[in-house]
Amino acid sequence: MGPEQIPISQSVLGGALIGAGAAVLILFNGRVAGISGILGRILHGDPGPGGWRIAFLSGLLLPALLLGPGVKGLQAPWPLLATAGLLVGFGTRLGSGCTSGHGVCGVANLSPRSFIATGIFIGVAMLTVFLARHAGWAS
Amino acid sequence: MTLISAFVAGVLFGGGLLLSRMSNPDNVLAFLDVAADWRPALLYTMAAAVIVAFPAFWVVRRSQRSWLGVAAELPDRFRLDAPLIVGSAIFGVGWGLSGICPGPALLLLTRADRGAIIFALALALGMLVRVPSAESAPRSRQRRLHEPSH
Repeated sequence: MGPEQIPISQSVLGGALIGAGAAVLILFNGRVAGISGILGRILHGDPGPGGWRIAFLSGLLLPALLLGPGVKGLQAPWPLLATAGLLVGFGTRLGSGCTSGHGVCGVANLSPRSFIATGIFIGVAMLTVFLARHAGWAS
Repeated sequence: MTLISAFVAGVLFGGGLLLSRMSNPDNVLAFLDVAADWRPALLYTMAAAVIVAFPAFWVVRRSQRSWLGVAAELPDRFRLDAPLIVGSAIFGVGWGLSGICPGPALLLLTRADRGAIIFALALALGMLVRVPSAESAPRSRQRRLHEPSH
């Protein structure tokens, strides 16, 4: 499929909505909209007071349930998807956050800890893509 | 009330992910691939999200309470430890291999595509592995980036 041409206005508006979601959760619930933390705690049996984590994830899925995720299907071979999934799951819990928790909320909270985490995962991901696509480490 | 606000926050977040097209791993990988036809879209999306969320965090960091009166739970901003660095690096490898982080992984599941199910199951398995808690690490192994002034 390859990447799409995304108008800058659409990228910015989409990002603003993501930021608005994070703002609502911290302003009204006093919680960080970190998806790995929310999902990880639910999986460990902690849905939070009143089950707010379930409510957040239900809302997160609603637009995609109504409109579809906007992607046909994943093309990558399953061993790669399984390996990547394990690494993303384990790494985000060990590092206490992912693109949403560190990359959006932590950076917006001016957290040096999140600046470091975000720099590391973007840098390592760029290096991984380089090795896989341009250095012959993967087909 | 807190359930409604959490739900609304989720809808905004999920809608933004869809609109930004970052639920498509190809668009994420096009940002991560700096050696080919680099696409900065993810950067615009992340910057816009940070700018919109910034005032809200500023307010709650000072009040330490949410507008519904709940005590805020803001993570430590200054602790630097090995789990943060190693975990973020491991996440980076998985993100670079797939172009999928936890939010998009959940959105992709709504289509029940075989690849999306495999990724999500592996993601859940990775999250269920017990990780050594940073709080239990010896103090001598931790560094503080800066002592908060208040």
